[in-house]
Amino acid sequence: MQYVGELILIAVGAAVVNNFLLHYFVGVCPFLGVSRRVDMAFGMGCAVTFVITVAGALSWMFTYYILQEGAPLATWIYQKCSGDPTATSNLSILNYLIYIFVIASSVQLVEMYVRKFFPVLYKSFGVFLPLITTNCAILFACLMILKYVDGTTGWGIGQALTLSFFAGIGFTIAIVLMAGIREELTLCDVPKPLKGAGITLLIAGILAMAFMAFTGVDKQLGKLLTPPKPTAAEQAPTGESQDATKSIAYTTKPST
Amino acid sequence: MANDGPTPLERFVNGVIPENPVYRQLLGMCPVLAVTGSMKAAMTMAAAVAFVLICANVIVSLIRNLLQPHLRILVFTLTIATFVTIADRLLKAYMYDMSKELGPYIPLIIVNCLIIARCEVCASKQRVFTALSDAVGQSVGFALGLASMATVRELLSSGSWFGVELFWKTGTAGEQYRWGLMALAPGAFFTLGILLGAAVWIGSMCNKNKTTLEA
Repeated sequence: MQYVGELILIAVGAAVVNNFLLHYFVGVCPFLGVSRRVDMAFGMGCAVTFVITVAGALSWMFTYYILQEGAPLATWIYQKCSGDPTATSNLSILNYLIYIFVIASSVQLVEMYVRKFFPVLYKSFGVFLPLITTNCAILFACLMILKYVDGTTGWGIGQALTLSFFAGIGFTIAIVLMAGIREELTLCDVPKPLKGAGITLLIAGILAMAFMAFTGVDKQLGKLLTPPKPTAAEQAPTGESQDATKSIAYTTKPST
Repeated sequence: MANDGPTPLERFVNGVIPENPVYRQLLGMCPVLAVTGSMKAAMTMAAAVAFVLICANVIVSLIRNLLQPHLRILVFTLTIATFVTIADRLLKAYMYDMSKELGPYIPLIIVNCLIIARCEVCASKQRVFTALSDAVGQSVGFALGLASMATVRELLSSGSWFGVELFWKTGTAGEQYRWGLMALAPGAFFTLGILLGAAVWIGSMCNKNKTTLEA
């Protein structure tokens, strides 16, 4: 039950409270570019959700098994090769390179899969799929997963999948809302210098203000879902996880 | 890049105002919105972007004859990712607090459209010196864009500039004039929207035949 509660918290947090677009500003380029019509915006949102989920799961696997300090697979290979049974590997310097590879290849994978099995769907999002490689939102999701995999929180695949899927849902909500507003906007008399990107950003600001109303929802929800747990003590060490505590944290990590 | 062969100097000047990455090309919006809450963070970000952009442009320009057309985007991205890793490690080593504050936005330079666009448009076709001057020009333009955003936001939200308190001291009655919203997400969108409008308006005032941003 506690696990499900954690997943719900992550989902609500990623989708509305800390909406990727309106709170973290990632993925602003497609937000300005393809938010002119609702159907295109929805297609873009679906494509992003698809890719972000695949990339999130893959990047969790790579981080957990290969990249982080003392990761099982890399350590095993390293020990076999060096002949030293106490050696541990640390490939975290390769993080960003690997993530970019993972994102680029999952975009390719999704493109091939969709073209083969859902040709109609492929026609509707064909244009957007290659563009997604350079969408900041995907890399941002990977980086968030990286932040929570090592350290004391010890996210499993379930948390990583939930975060990435609902981040995609949040992106879709924001971009479809925006497209709906912009469709109405064609009838309005916008001051000439603000036409195009200017007015879109102003509307995004108002949307961001509206989404600020969700602040605190996740905390209340957390209180409801986990009544007896002392949350303050649990949450204190989560943020700072990059430093020296890493190797200690690895041994205490719950297996998933 | 309207005409065929602008000289290196022209490319430098172009990057600063006429083709400013933030206000004209609308590239790399994510750091522009995210890290401009304070001048210090914005300038660190601008320095990191400048480092990555200049190094990546030079390297891409050096290997431009070896590039295969279908693999070039991947090569650009990997080059950029390498330099971003270097910048990230340097920041973590020497400016730890700042790297905490910037957080994931430093790695996000990898997918900053500005750098990929400069590699694609300029560095993969020009000689090293041209690519270098182009990169420097674009970096200066980007830094200007970030600085303008950060100035407005920091002055309005905390009354200070570069951490120096100008309008009021912390803890005095003047603090009631803080516009807290400017430090948050909506403030970033509003500031950029209004500054963008102002930039287009000034541009069209100065030069009627200059291409304004298309709707």
